Amino acid sequence: MPNLQPYADPNYFVYLLLALVPLAIGLYFGKRFVAYEILVSLAFIFLIFDDKTHAGQGVALIVYSIWQFLLGWGYVRYRKEHNQSSVFYTVTALSILPIFLVRLSGAGIFHAQLSLLGFLGISYLTFRSVGMIIEVRDGAIKDFHPVMFLRFMLFMPTLSSGPIDRYTRFAKDAAVAPAREEYIDLLGDATKKLFLGLFYKFIVAHYAEIAYNYFQGMAMSDAHHGMILSWWLIPVAYSYGMYLFFDFAGYSLFALSISYVMGIRSPINFNKPYASKNIKEFWNRWHMSLSFWFRDFVFMRFVFLFLKHKWIKNRNTVSTIAYFVNMLVMGFWHGLTWYYILYGFMHGAALAGNDAWIRFKRKHKKVIPHNKFTEGFAVVLTFHFVMLSFLVFCGFLDTFWFHR
Amino acid sequence: MDVKAGVLEIIEDVTGEDMSNQMDEDLFESGLLDSMATVEMLLALEQRFNIQAPVSELSRDDWNTTNKIVASVTALMG
Repeated sequence: MPNLQPYADPNYFVYLLLALVPLAIGLYFGKRFVAYEILVSLAFIFLIFDDKTHAGQGVALIVYSIWQFLLGWGYVRYRKEHNQSSVFYTVTALSILPIFLVRLSGAGIFHAQLSLLGFLGISYLTFRSVGMIIEVRDGAIKDFHPVMFLRFMLFMPTLSSGPIDRYTRFAKDAAVAPAREEYIDLLGDATKKLFLGLFYKFIVAHYAEIAYNYFQGMAMSDAHHGMILSWWLIPVAYSYGMYLFFDFAGYSLFALSISYVMGIRSPINFNKPYASKNIKEFWNRWHMSLSFWFRDFVFMRFVFLFLKHKWIKNRNTVSTIAYFVNMLVMGFWHGLTWYYILYGFMHGAALAGNDAWIRFKRKHKKVIPHNKFTEGFAVVLTFHFVMLSFLVFCGFLDTFWFHR
Repeated sequence: MDVKAGVLEIIEDVTGEDMSNQMDEDLFESGLLDSMATVEMLLALEQRFNIQAPVSELSRDDWNTTNKIVASVTALMG
């Protein structure tokens, strides 16, 4: 048996697309072969975990799926009769528990035992299951469909790194076959995305990574001479920023392309993020399925709760706190390290600062100019701030300062 | 109660814009409604029309213009 990591090399696409041919023919004729779709999904998930180094993760994925299945099934049953907040929070906490333990082990706490719970994709599956529980709480999901639940949780194209879909949206697509014209359009789009993704990931990201490694090496030689800062950190930041975008956007394009072939319109992840005029716009264009998940399930719920109960009167104070909570939770989700948490803090501060600036600008409309040049300046400023935050995020500073 | 007049009043309260002549203007695209303003609008609609605001199941495609908000509120009122 070969071992196939998702989208890792060109062969993967050949095997996967061949396996999807029967499904595509079915969809073209208006039929969705659900059993076959599940079979392909499971087979390619199996191929991720079928060697010695990955087998443990495969077992963890099975345990994880059973755990989330029981939580989802139990909570839907409970929610039909009752709606206590305490039960909702408990179930949400239990759903987050596996990734919480894995993050603890990542930070070196109870390392050996807890790392057994982790597997490729656990961070992304957590969004699927927690999002679903919140939708049950809000009444958007009323019934538990075991098969649809598993198709959603174990949807292979987006298993390892998203884009993060929502159960209600997914179920709408997955319940039917698209109309033929729509499916033909989807296939056209899938082809474009596939080739753009190949260009992004296997060409641009490949060279950006070589540059990133080279600059890290140069910075480390300064570190070995005892320097606290190095000019080489600047190209480290920008080359990492390029690598991260083209690698992740390339991967996301693959995931979307395969989703489309399967007749599922998974949400897009990137929309020219480096052309954003401010940090808020950046988060509407960067890793969109993640940032929208946080927007809807963390930021908006937090603000709603605080304003509704009038815990804090001033709306600007509420939104500032909510920005920090939102971005810090995102930081913690990435992992329990100082640089992920600082990264979250920086973006929380930038979002709050951006709002304050916009309020200030509105008040002083007459004296603050607004034209093409100021907009251009805003794009440049936003881009550089983002690169600075990625220098923190990439973790190289940790090596540079503390692991010389 | 007139739903349209009430919705227009709430949108004006939240965004500072009178939308009565631009009922089909996309409120999210134009930047008039951000997440914060959306929550404020939902809370105000909840109180005014005695409905249950759909915070996390808010489908932005059904709430992005004044006309659509009027329709969505009317639907929620049953």
